[in-house]
Amino acid sequence: MIVHRRHLLYSLAAGAVLAAFLFVADTWFDAFTLRVLNLCAIYVVLALSLNLVNGFTGLFSLGHAGFMAVGAYTSALLTMTPEQKEVNFFLEPIAPWLAHLHLPFLPALVAAGLVAALLGFLLGAPVLRLKDDYLAIATLGFAEIIRVVLTNTQNITNGALGLKGLPAFASTWVVWGCAALSAAFMAFLVRSSYGRALKAVRDDEIAAGAMGIDVFRVKVVSFTASSFMAGVGGALLGHVLTTIDPKMFTFMLTFSILLIVVLGGIGSITGSIAGAIGVTILMELLRFLDGPIDLGVVQLEARPGLRMVVFSILLMAVVLFRQRGLMGNREFSWSLFSRAGLWPRSGRGKHGLA
Amino acid sequence: MTPALFLQHLANALALGSLYALIAIGYTMVYGILRLINFAHGDVFMLGAYVAFYGAALFLLPWWASFAIAIAVTALLGVLLERVAYRPLRDSPRISVMISAIGASFLIENVAVVLFGGRPKGVTVPDVMNVRLQLGPVAVMSVSVVIPIFTFAILALLLWVVGKTKTGMAMRAVSTDLDAARLQAIDVNRIISFTFGSGSLLAAFGGILWSYKYPQLNPLMGVMPGLKCFIAAVVGGIGNIQGAVLGGFMLGIIELMAIAFLPTLTGYRDAFAFVLLIVVLLVKPSGLLGTGHAEKV
Repeated sequence: MIVHRRHLLYSLAAGAVLAAFLFVADTWFDAFTLRVLNLCAIYVVLALSLNLVNGFTGLFSLGHAGFMAVGAYTSALLTMTPEQKEVNFFLEPIAPWLAHLHLPFLPALVAAGLVAALLGFLLGAPVLRLKDDYLAIATLGFAEIIRVVLTNTQNITNGALGLKGLPAFASTWVVWGCAALSAAFMAFLVRSSYGRALKAVRDDEIAAGAMGIDVFRVKVVSFTASSFMAGVGGALLGHVLTTIDPKMFTFMLTFSILLIVVLGGIGSITGSIAGAIGVTILMELLRFLDGPIDLGVVQLEARPGLRMVVFSILLMAVVLFRQRGLMGNREFSWSLFSRAGLWPRSGRGKHGLA
Repeated sequence: MTPALFLQHLANALALGSLYALIAIGYTMVYGILRLINFAHGDVFMLGAYVAFYGAALFLLPWWASFAIAIAVTALLGVLLERVAYRPLRDSPRISVMISAIGASFLIENVAVVLFGGRPKGVTVPDVMNVRLQLGPVAVMSVSVVIPIFTFAILALLLWVVGKTKTGMAMRAVSTDLDAARLQAIDVNRIISFTFGSGSLLAAFGGILWSYKYPQLNPLMGVMPGLKCFIAAVVGGIGNIQGAVLGGFMLGIIELMAIAFLPTLTGYRDAFAFVLLIVVLLVKPSGLLGTGHAEKV
């Protein structure tokens, strides 16, 4: 018990340090650095959401960009003022029922999650009967359908023009608050009996069914919860970037989230968090590759796209040589430190999200 | 709609459908053997078109020579792809293999952006492919006639290889049970390489003919056809070559006919394949010509 209490103290201290860091960042960092920092938080939400279905329930879903798009559009349309909407919809006027719909940010954010969750539920009910690659392809197809619909419903989503001038509600505290809430939700879920049911379904569906777990229900609930988180993440993304259009939500987006989950470790919450932060920062650091490169002896002219090449090679290298990602399916805990000898040994500290 | 206009649309749909079929065969062959969605197949398709383009535009080769070189190069690339991205993961969980496949696809696309530039390129269509033919009320370019003939020739050849030759027998054995096939002294790696090589060769054929029919290239041109053709393969029953051809034609006809009859749906064109897929999977998960696998406990 003493160990646990000490770990709790460590965790509280770490939380305080993080909060202090966010305060400093929010006050003094320049706009670009702050945006990267906030994107990290959004990717934490998205990575956790994908990890819930792919890592903990063992359903290979590739439809996340679709749910994000739905969330982003819902929240954008609810928070934009009637005047802003009128400015945006110059090709075709907005549908009358939408023109005067207006909500504050937080209810809009929840609504974004709920609409995405509803869609996740409606999709999940039929396609979750499928397995493996079939499920992956069906969810991928579903995301594509959403994108096509968004592009073509001119009087609701403004079609390919997208929406500009979204209110920039997603401040540092909001995005990191959502990230913390998602992490806490996942931690509680995974430790609960429902979380064990998820893992049982992942490890052996048939055995789980034989143990009396309602496999299909578990799958649908997990998929719906994940859609909710993806919808919220998409909405946050929209309010950080303040502009959205259907082209943002292609398969590439799902792919980059998948990449984060794989690098961090499929089935690890802390892995997803570390992966999201690491990948987001790395993507920015590698940006120099797209410009001209000066190697001292040789000067290379600018080759746009080189950054993504390096990035893809990194991904391939991880999949081929370190398949289980950074954390595998383990979690970070304070006792990791003591086991590694970096910390005084403190008895039998067991696993768990510290 | 007049009968003449209908026939015109049908001719276009058949040409598109046979292109889809050519690519879908590659998916189905690889899936049949390795139970693996080769996400990079669409990018192999793109590479085929680019190599042929550079052969003709840069090295001023006659079109048939650049055609042949492109096919050879692409087939080798397919084999290489399997060596690098898939073979090391042969005994890994399926999710790893799938991620590796997505990574490979992403890598090829980005390398193509760096090498060829992101701007679309216009293709010079060889004169032979660009003759206007008047078949009764229907006017088509010769390439639209060449493509279906070609697809059926390939189909016949492939069915002969798979059904009658020793290699084909080995392929069927590997697809039924990889370990048992190995015990029968079948060189499994050689068969898998052969499958990847011939699948990529067909993708290259598809890519080049595609670039003659829709004469524009860009590094991401393979993504949408790639997805759609995988869907065609699943709809037809994955692992089944005739099924892939059936699925390809179905998809081409549905796409073009839906637009022809309901022009308001034009913007939704890319969604038809996915709707078709979800419907077919729900009704008959093993696909139209597929046979179901029993669940092993």
